[in-house]
Amino acid sequence: MKFRGKIVDGACLNHFTRVSNMIAKLAKTCTLRISPDKLNFILSDKLTSGGVSMWCELEQENFFSEFQMEGVSAENNEIYVELTSENLSRALKTAQNARALKIKLTNKHFPCLTVSVDLLSVSSSSRIVTHDIPIKVIPRKLWKDLQEPVVPHPDVSIYLPVLKTMKSVVEKMKNISNHLVIEANLNGELNLKIETELVCVTTHFKDLGNPSLASENASQDRNPEQMAEVHLDIKKLLQFLVGQQVNPTKALCNIVRNKMVHFDLLHEDVSLQYFIPALS
Amino acid sequence: MKCLVTGGNVKVLGKAVHSLSRIGDELYLEPLEYGLSLRTVNSSRSAYACFLFAPLFFQQYQAVTPGQDLLRCKILMKSFLSVFRSLAMLEKTVEKCCISLNGKSSRLVVQLHCKYGVRKTHNLSFQDCESLQAVFDPASCPHMLHAPARVLGEAVLPFPPALAEVTLGIGRGRRVILRSYQEEEEDNTVKAMVTEMSIGEEDFQQLQAQEGVAVTFCLKEFRGLLSFAESANLNLSIHFDAPGRPAIFTIKDSLLNGHFVLATLSETDPHSKDLGSSELHQPVPQLQNYSTPHMEDFASDDIESFMIAMETTLGSEGSRVLPSISLSPGPQLPNSPDPQSEEEDEAEPTTVPGTPPPKKFRSLFFGSILAPVHSPQGPSPVLAEDSEGEG
Repeated sequence: MKFRGKIVDGACLNHFTRVSNMIAKLAKTCTLRISPDKLNFILSDKLTSGGVSMWCELEQENFFSEFQMEGVSAENNEIYVELTSENLSRALKTAQNARALKIKLTNKHFPCLTVSVDLLSVSSSSRIVTHDIPIKVIPRKLWKDLQEPVVPHPDVSIYLPVLKTMKSVVEKMKNISNHLVIEANLNGELNLKIETELVCVTTHFKDLGNPSLASENASQDRNPEQMAEVHLDIKKLLQFLVGQQVNPTKALCNIVRNKMVHFDLLHEDVSLQYFIPALS
Repeated sequence: MKCLVTGGNVKVLGKAVHSLSRIGDELYLEPLEYGLSLRTVNSSRSAYACFLFAPLFFQQYQAVTPGQDLLRCKILMKSFLSVFRSLAMLEKTVEKCCISLNGKSSRLVVQLHCKYGVRKTHNLSFQDCESLQAVFDPASCPHMLHAPARVLGEAVLPFPPALAEVTLGIGRGRRVILRSYQEEEEDNTVKAMVTEMSIGEEDFQQLQAQEGVAVTFCLKEFRGLLSFAESANLNLSIHFDAPGRPAIFTIKDSLLNGHFVLATLSETDPHSKDLGSSELHQPVPQLQNYSTPHMEDFASDDIESFMIAMETTLGSEGSRVLPSISLSPGPQLPNSPDPQSEEEDEAEPTTVPGTPPPKKFRSLFFGSILAPVHSPQGPSPVLAEDSEGEG
């Protein structure tokens, strides 16, 4: 099992840092999957600990100028390691205006993902920062729990409003209630709703648009006005929204009635899928 | 005592108070003929700091008011810091600052003369005290680094704010290495990230230490001094000796000088178990171990050396080498079997009741007794009074 990669381009480095910051906001610990073409950040919570799952995917080519890896075996050419996402984001933070960054698997005193950064300094001398991020290598028998989640057939699929707006709405609602209802229809309408004994608050978003393909696939006979709703833990939704610092190029929300909500985001060339299960 | 600080020097004074406040809870203010000294020591007496402002730093400086004895005083750091709390305010609005101490009123008076004729007067109550004086001698330390504070300031930037200690050492190729210090806990399954900063010799104006030496000290106090030195654009010297002996950080300028003396971690940890102690008795391989990582990490492009076996993570606990141990630059002081020092090690926890030292930081004052060569009168020059004021 071997892996090493190198990033030399400043823009790529910044982009990669942004991704790692986002991951750190979304998940405390995550699994990094390394395969010849792709890197994945994976979160797959057990149902007992909330059941949130995340699948973030990026093409290594778009980031790395050098990328070499050798998986567990020829037929299983992949590596799965678990790490604290905060560590990775902190390590990359020091790589602002770096000459180059190398990232690799090492086994110094314990298994590590080693991030070493060649910093630009005022003088011509080189300054190198090395971060050894402790990792846990995930044995093959557990890989099956970390596969790309199957997206279930949504009842309604709708484009999301500006995430910042949504975040500030949900933030305020969190002060009043622990639960939130997301409902949407095929007419481009999405509502965020909280209900308590004393008050009921609903925020309406209109003209959001529904992706054509999804609406065809969804029940054809569905009344476009009919809402599909799902009850969520408001904290989990907020955590997802807080993690989104940059508005994505595409943001889609798929609602499976009373089961789950699936967010499908695209940041340039990084795709993020986030699943929040419904409260029963 | 009466002194007047004007212009940008008010901020410099404020900054110095800020960096002192990272160390101790009490500030010792002592007007001397050759300048005003501000000193502090932390409660476990493992860190001491002193700034001396030369008479030229002030627009007006009078150590002794005619007809009065030389006064010195001890005040609460908190109350003195509150005068200088906002550095931005000092810079923007304060035009001059007048500090006066007289025995009659039993008050230390700090007056800030601000813009538009606003005058803020702080009357601070104080205690009489003995002169606080740590015994240390930079010249006795065999190792020395000298660099612009900015270089060292940038070097500590990547370390997490919560990190308690760093190890400073000289690695292969005479590169200066700063590394996060991890306490060795054998049952610790959740390991923290280890960060290492490696700086070329060229960034240092003077580097007087051979490869392999290293000391571990508290980062918080070091950051305090660095932020002062960086703002004043000064150079910083670090003098250090074997692990367990105090490290001395000095800054110097025509108008002021500062000394921070920090205890360093003594490597003979009584808690270190079999695994640790067996490592400790092999100083030579450790030195190599210490300086290798960054060279491999960056310079080498050979993928074969980055092998990592999946099975090692589960099975081979026994062969694992703890990172902090590999950092140790060798056995402790050459004179460590000295019964006197043994005794002091034992005595240390009892001298600071209620604060059992979690780490083997030797108190500075013990450290100074350890070297009677530099303190000819023996133990007596420990002039500091008890921090708790037992009277």
